[in-house]
Amino acid sequence: MHRTFDRILLAFIVLVAAFSLVTMWPSEPWHYLPGAIPWPEGQGIKIPFIKFDGTEVKGATLERRAMTLGLDLKGGTRLVLEPDLSNSPDVNLDDALNNASQIIERRINEFGVAESEIQRQGNRLAVQLPGITAEEAMQKIGRTALLEFRELKTDANGNVAVMVNGQEAFVPQSSVTSLDDAVWIQAVATTRDGQSVPLTGQYLKNARLAADPNTGLPLIAFEFNDEGAHLFEQITGRLLKQPLAFFLDGEPITTADGHVDAPIVQSVISDRGQITGMRVDEANNLVKLLNAGAFPVPLKVVQSENVDATLGQDSVQASVIAGETAMLVIMLFMVLYYRLPGLIAGAALTVYATIVLAVFKLLPVTLTLSGIAAFVLSVGMAVDANVLIFERMKEELRIGRSLVVAMEEGFHRAWSSIRDSNVSTLITCAILYWFGDQFGASLVKGFALTLAIGVFISMFSAILVTRTFLRIVVSIPAARKPALWVSHAGSKDDGGSREPASLPTGGGG
Amino acid sequence: MLDFVQKRNWYYLLSLLVLLPGVISLVIPPGLKPGIEFSSGSMFEVSFQNTVKETDLRAEMSTLGHPEARVQGTGQNRFLIRTSVLEGSAEQTPQGGPQPLGEQQSITRALFTQFGPMLKDDGSLATDSTGQPIPWTVQSSAVSGTVSREIGRKATLAVAAAAVGILLYITWAFRSIPNPLRCGIAATIATMHDVVLVMGAYSIFGKVFNMEVNTMFITGLLTVIGFSVHDTIVVLDRIRENRQRYPDLPLHECVNNSILQTLGRSINTSFTVVLSVTALLLIGGVTIRPFLVVMLVGTITGTYSSIFVASQILVTWEEGDIPRLFRRIIPKRAPTVVEEG
Repeated sequence: MHRTFDRILLAFIVLVAAFSLVTMWPSEPWHYLPGAIPWPEGQGIKIPFIKFDGTEVKGATLERRAMTLGLDLKGGTRLVLEPDLSNSPDVNLDDALNNASQIIERRINEFGVAESEIQRQGNRLAVQLPGITAEEAMQKIGRTALLEFRELKTDANGNVAVMVNGQEAFVPQSSVTSLDDAVWIQAVATTRDGQSVPLTGQYLKNARLAADPNTGLPLIAFEFNDEGAHLFEQITGRLLKQPLAFFLDGEPITTADGHVDAPIVQSVISDRGQITGMRVDEANNLVKLLNAGAFPVPLKVVQSENVDATLGQDSVQASVIAGETAMLVIMLFMVLYYRLPGLIAGAALTVYATIVLAVFKLLPVTLTLSGIAAFVLSVGMAVDANVLIFERMKEELRIGRSLVVAMEEGFHRAWSSIRDSNVSTLITCAILYWFGDQFGASLVKGFALTLAIGVFISMFSAILVTRTFLRIVVSIPAARKPALWVSHAGSKDDGGSREPASLPTGGGG
Repeated sequence: MLDFVQKRNWYYLLSLLVLLPGVISLVIPPGLKPGIEFSSGSMFEVSFQNTVKETDLRAEMSTLGHPEARVQGTGQNRFLIRTSVLEGSAEQTPQGGPQPLGEQQSITRALFTQFGPMLKDDGSLATDSTGQPIPWTVQSSAVSGTVSREIGRKATLAVAAAAVGILLYITWAFRSIPNPLRCGIAATIATMHDVVLVMGAYSIFGKVFNMEVNTMFITGLLTVIGFSVHDTIVVLDRIRENRQRYPDLPLHECVNNSILQTLGRSINTSFTVVLSVTALLLIGGVTIRPFLVVMLVGTITGTYSSIFVASQILVTWEEGDIPRLFRRIIPKRAPTVVEEG
């Protein structure tokens, strides 16, 4: 019964490890493995999100090809942004740059481009973003993101302006077949203190992505602040049965099939509204941009380029090789010192590291040096958990216990220290994460997150993986030779006791 | 049998002797030199015609008196170099052009001499009117820091809060033995011992080898704290177990046995960490050295403090060493170091 259970567990571990290996296998293996062998390129993992009718929802598919590495390890894209003050001469440049840099920071958080770097460079802002292309960077970070509400331009007779061969012409509204050619002007309303202002995204309280209950298509639900609601009420009142279009940075927002997104106003509304018909990825981007806010003045991208690792490509490469060498040496040491258990620990640690890396890739965690440090620390703790178990096993074997009893006792006795050290590490992580989050210290936050993931999996690995491997190995008669379990070099702890001549297996459960 | 608790006052003295220079160094400004990530500085971009290795460029910057320079590749033989403020450099020459006077110019000249012809932004060779190659920077400007100086203070606050969390947890987890609060306090003192020691050591390195504090240092310190707490708990756990099993054994014997029983593990664990850090120091990249130095010092002191600080504090407290020390000092009868009772 026990044995069957162990085998099921082993099968489960092998499955998880295989899935993790496929997931974490690097997309550019030559960076990490000896170059002489043509290693296969990792394809990562792709889990499509399929609706009941069998169609795949783009945007919602989970796809992870390469590990997200930080600026310090891999580099990314560098954008240089320059404020354009030509239309707002009375704006203070310092204020504009400070504001813009705060908004960029918010966008970075909204889009989850972790571990980015913002820097003032003379009268410009330089932003370095890891793991995204220059084009994505411009779409996500470089846009002014000014949302405007526009109405049709009409003359005194109610005719609508359309563009005909580059010329504006007024035609009766009934003859307009496509709103794509129409001329749109900012919808203006009067504020509470009597000023006439255009309604823009600055009056938004928040925006969120939702699904249209009827069509299942994405929509952006937004809510105005008090002043915005006051303006929106006047505009929708004036434009009943008329179209209202949304413009972002002077360009109309379009529906999934490429037309100007201009719904007809059905009733007077004030505090909330929605934009429907957009493509999922665009809607998703827009919500994030709206929530992060628009730049106070337009910023233009004056330079964009790919940049290498800030720690230096060569330096990172050298460290990868050094780290791998160290891992091999540690495994060798473990096997020499702990014999067969050392080998089992090596196998368990390989499984452990594979799972952790797969989780990092799936979430995804942006790995930086501090993340690697946390990972290495968690590997160290996992090694230590194994060492604790084996030391205890050795002690039990020395006082004459059978192999099975010694193994179970070793686990039992080592468990309290593994539990307490790991729990206190998790408490530390929780506090560091919270502080890092509150104070915007992303370095501290990233460290805490990666360490917590590592420690969680390390506990799983100590309880489940090492234990199952040990149990399976103990059930193989050839593996029960004492010399495989206790080295004669011994440790200093139990000076007087002799080692048993053989290790019987009886007496266990 | 080895006795680890007999000479506990000597261990405290040793700790003090090791801590003291570091603390003095921390007090003498600059205690810890803030690195270029935290402060404004200069940045310029250069592009070379010939193949130039990042390592060589970094080494050259170091020879030119800028070991802090961050060299980042931005294309074929093209590099963005961030340094501390360069003397007499122009505020900004975004379009490139002839070098501004001052340190910037001499660095560009030196790089030109060392690595050969330089290219303009459009990839053409930078020449003077007669067609002779000249030194050229693609762009150069003054830049702000990338990391707020506040991070040091925030990290300190976070660590302090974490220390309280650990203190409470250990006190709770050790509730099955008498005076669990002592265990919590002992572990916290041991961890603070390691933090101060590492910071002190780094401060001395800063003064001697010109090492600056950067985010890597903070990462290293967080890692050391994690390691130190972990290691201390393993030793304390054994004390807890022995205390429960043999409640009649005097504490100093119990602590001594526990240290002996966990010694093999302690040495092995810290040996494996020291081994990997040394491997990285020897053959790894130069840019992560600050992190590795912190790790190396921190691992050794983290292991040391579990055995020679945390565990010893428990015995000191139990045996009432401190009140006895006061009793001896106040009547002024014993001018020498306290011996064991």
